[in-house]
Amino acid sequence: MAIQEQILKKTKYLNPYLGGVLLGLVLLAANFVSGRGLGASGAIKSTLVTVVNAVAPNHAENAKFYQEEAISHGEKPLKSWLVFEMMGVVVGGFLSGSLAGRLKLKVEHSPKITSKRRLAFALAGGILFGFGSQLGRGCTSGSALSGMAVISLGGFISMAAIFGTAFALAYFFRKNWI
Amino acid sequence: MGPLITYELISQDTNFLLAFIIGIGFGFVLESSGFSSSRKLAGIFYGYDAVVLKVFFTAAITAMLGLLFFSLFDWIDLDLVYVNPTYLYSAIGGGVIMGAGFIMGGYCPGTSFCGASIGKIDAFVFIFGLFIGVLLFSEGYPLWEKFFNAQFLGYPKISTVLGLSDGIFAFGVILVALGMFWVADWAEKKFPQPEY
Repeated sequence: MAIQEQILKKTKYLNPYLGGVLLGLVLLAANFVSGRGLGASGAIKSTLVTVVNAVAPNHAENAKFYQEEAISHGEKPLKSWLVFEMMGVVVGGFLSGSLAGRLKLKVEHSPKITSKRRLAFALAGGILFGFGSQLGRGCTSGSALSGMAVISLGGFISMAAIFGTAFALAYFFRKNWI
Repeated sequence: MGPLITYELISQDTNFLLAFIIGIGFGFVLESSGFSSSRKLAGIFYGYDAVVLKVFFTAAITAMLGLLFFSLFDWIDLDLVYVNPTYLYSAIGGGVIMGAGFIMGGYCPGTSFCGASIGKIDAFVFIFGLFIGVLLFSEGYPLWEKFFNAQFLGYPKISTVLGLSDGIFAFGVILVALGMFWVADWAEKKFPQPEY
């Protein structure tokens, strides 16, 4: 009985309030150590800029976005705080998933839709989120969560716009989820 | 005393090493809270799973109070901590586009890396989409540069805008969060969905 309970417990998730406090402490540590919050989309931008610099150096020299990036982030965009942090995220997620027995290659989707449909929406959602994160100067982590922790007006606006829009559109995409 | 990097108590290389370790903590907590599952993430928008709301707001409040107390004890100089700039139009416009991406894709950038780390193929596809989206933004940059830089308001705190002290504002956020947690618990019972 006790063993069964432990096995059951192992595949379950952390209490959300405990998870929240721990995440808050990680965010606090980032601010205390590095004077900045957490983030994610910035690392994608750094990677992309590196790829474009390598693949199409002439284009990168002439296009305004990459010129501004070179000025603000230097010659080696991959040597940035967010890139190291995101490498850690992958390691941390993998560790937690292995300890909990959740490692599995699969397309997670509602039984009411096909994996193909799920993947098509994942791609479209990713494109929109990638674009929006650049326009909004950060995503849910960098702009909303970290911005809220430092009581920034922009952080609260991002949070309200992201979650408000998703709520407003939820009805139209309900078939994918419920 | 803090931030350690600004006071040069640690080197730039140590800062990057700590970024990696902080990232491990970030990814570990996200995954163990269930943020590697798009189904759990999207649950907040249909009421069947409010883990996003609970974790997100508890984390924001914990960090907010932590920073206020650290500042009170003189452990950290809040003037040296990065505060996000506010560009009104692009913050709203970017947020709206991200919200649409969220409900369609079921992930946000950080959680998609978390999902990919345990083998979710939909998360890999989402990440591929992120790269395309960022590329579209950078390639078309001249088209939206004006909108991107419009209505720059500086680096205001919302407490200042509302004319409240930071402490009173944080207290208000806690009260609002408690109210939302109560509604979330009600919704989870009212609109249950099976796991899959």
